[in-house]
Amino acid sequence: MSISKKGCLATVGVASLSLLATFVTTVAPANAAINCNKVIGTGYAQLKGKTVTMFTSILDPELSKYQKALASFTTCTGIKVKMEGSNQFEALLPVRVKGGNAPDIAIIPQPGLLAQMVATGKAVVAPAQTLKNVNKYWSPGWKGYGSVNGKFYASPNSANMKSLVWYSPKQFAKNGYAVPTTWTQMMTLADKMAAAKQTAFCGGIGSGGATGWPATDWLEEVVVRQFGAKVYADWISHKVKFSDPKIVAAMNTVAAWMLNPKYVGDVKAIATTTFQSAGLGIPTGSCMMLQQASFYAAQYPAGTSVAKNGDVWAFYLPGINSAVKTPVEGGGEFFAAFSKRPEVQELQNYLSTPQWAINRIATAGSGGGWLSANSGVPLSAYKNPLDQLSAKYLADKNSTFVFDASDAMPAAVGAGTEWTQLTSWFADGKSVADVAKAIDDSWPAQ
Amino acid sequence: MNSFLSTNAPKFEQVLIAIAAFFTILMVVFYLAGKANGRKQRPMAIVVLLGPAMILLSAGLIVPAIQTILFSFKDANSVKFIGFQNYSWLFANPDMRKVFFNTLLWIVVTPFATTALGLFLAIMLDRMKRESVAKSLLFMPMAISFVGASVIWKFVYDYAVPSKPQTGLLSAIVRALGFKPSNWILTQPLNTFLLMIIFVWVQTGFAMVILSAAIKAVPADIVEASALDGAHGWRLFKNITFPMVRSTTIVVFATMLVTSLKLFDIVRTMTGGNFGTSVISNEMYAEVFVRFDQGRGSALAVILFVFVTPILVYNIRNLRRERSIA
Repeated sequence: MSISKKGCLATVGVASLSLLATFVTTVAPANAAINCNKVIGTGYAQLKGKTVTMFTSILDPELSKYQKALASFTTCTGIKVKMEGSNQFEALLPVRVKGGNAPDIAIIPQPGLLAQMVATGKAVVAPAQTLKNVNKYWSPGWKGYGSVNGKFYASPNSANMKSLVWYSPKQFAKNGYAVPTTWTQMMTLADKMAAAKQTAFCGGIGSGGATGWPATDWLEEVVVRQFGAKVYADWISHKVKFSDPKIVAAMNTVAAWMLNPKYVGDVKAIATTTFQSAGLGIPTGSCMMLQQASFYAAQYPAGTSVAKNGDVWAFYLPGINSAVKTPVEGGGEFFAAFSKRPEVQELQNYLSTPQWAINRIATAGSGGGWLSANSGVPLSAYKNPLDQLSAKYLADKNSTFVFDASDAMPAAVGAGTEWTQLTSWFADGKSVADVAKAIDDSWPAQ
Repeated sequence: MNSFLSTNAPKFEQVLIAIAAFFTILMVVFYLAGKANGRKQRPMAIVVLLGPAMILLSAGLIVPAIQTILFSFKDANSVKFIGFQNYSWLFANPDMRKVFFNTLLWIVVTPFATTALGLFLAIMLDRMKRESVAKSLLFMPMAISFVGASVIWKFVYDYAVPSKPQTGLLSAIVRALGFKPSNWILTQPLNTFLLMIIFVWVQTGFAMVILSAAIKAVPADIVEASALDGAHGWRLFKNITFPMVRSTTIVVFATMLVTSLKLFDIVRTMTGGNFGTSVISNEMYAEVFVRFDQGRGSALAVILFVFVTPILVYNIRNLRRERSIA
């Protein structure tokens, strides 16, 4: 369950009330003379006077950073990029595409929506150069999420990282703990902490109407770590059921980890603790580690040093099965095109280059917050050290990258029974078999 | 903001045109109706005066109600008819049975609790010194929405592991009394009753104010006469005051009944329907807007509608009877 889905749910609820916030602006060419070959790369034709329209769910202030990052492209090729952001993007895009009013490029945040757009017959496959760039710079997992039925449509835009564990470097140093690099090491460390009467893992799955989603993330992390991307994909399509021995085994791994009183203390309290407050005790050592996405850094109050040797920092959630290389769970956006005009393809090509990502990262400033899984981007391009840490794993060409599974499952499960049943697992001590059965029973018939 | 106006200007234009057209048509209809006379005058007046209300009522209430009933027999996307499958799922699912049971608990406990407490306070505060101050204070929670009240009560029921500093008021009180605090919101079936307390806290002021007005309307000479006859305290209440405010009590009770039947905000805010506290309207919302199943959501709406109807019918009949007596 990602933040975008919750935003979408809230949007549905108030859609009838909210005004459509639509911002239209055009990229203005930069005045300063720049070295085009260096800034945007080579091989671009001059197409003066042409305009490409781009439609996205990204709003200001992020949107203006995109425009700033695209200014050099306009200066060098003469192609203007008209970006339009809307908070009703996910509802409006299908309407516009079906109504013959498709944008040239849409920035799609979900693989499901991309498949839906391809099904309309209006989306066009990516140009050869874009495909070449994606093959060269991204891991196969990323390419897979930009493809539908074996054809490659959309190159990845930004990426975000879920597979992190938050901890306190100061507390670790004080106790003489080392950051674990394998799952077994992490559990041995947890045993050590338990022996020292410390709470090894913090946990909180409370999130109002979406209570339970952090638990779905824990299960997803374990499924991909134990069984790899293939089982993970089959799990999403329900070819592998929740009651399948593999998923049950993964649930038992979670049970030995986050439902283990030895490591977490009061298991039931995890159900009533909000995910926001779960890891706030890390700097003081009231609990030692929390598995949560990169956005969790924002939860710490001002004055907390989020740094490698500071109050809090994160390490990569280690793998379990050595056959699954660098498992990473996260999310991302994709550039899908609805036109084959040369200026559109030229922009698509540019958006799949490391130069674009570097330019976009530069506009994010020292605060960072914009990541690319493009392996051609040097880690030094990131000014924010946390971004550097996430990018190291996201942009690993050998990584096993997977999207959030509960987001991709039918809503009756992914936003329904999986949340409520996993919550019941923590809160009421429901058995793994009963939880798995209840979720399988709720799977909508095709 | 400029761009907002420029992109949406055509929409405003259309709205204005539609409003103008609506009034023009109404004017024409009224003008024509005014011309009618003789035998046609009365039926014409009925049609003209009742017509717009009927049209608006059917657009806003009747058509959506029929549509909801139709949707309840269709699948998740309201495309295919699937017969009674939504209903059979609702009644077969053990989690749903719990939801129905909780709703039943709500409508049995909360209307009684609020009405009785409201009546008790109204009588106790009647003719007390600084009555208005006490009443204002009791009425104040009414000004807070259920969501706001729930957020406040979240701090009351908040739980922290015993080793950590306690932040919840209830836990602090329990601990001060020498007991061990528990994770209140998780403890079934106590948690449902804890949520009901929020409802009572918000609604009692309302019940009290209405009932207090009714008590004040009891003629003083009757009270005096019964006092001369020796009726005091409980007997005065049982034989004089309560019979005189009976119908108001029923209206208050019915209002509370309908409010608790439709209750959504408290459950949504406090538990999101987890930990065995969900009620029908919360599930209805979750089915339609979270799990995107219009069929099941509509079926729940229909069940809620079926539950509310007899109460409303009773309420209306009661009001009518009262009017005919007066």
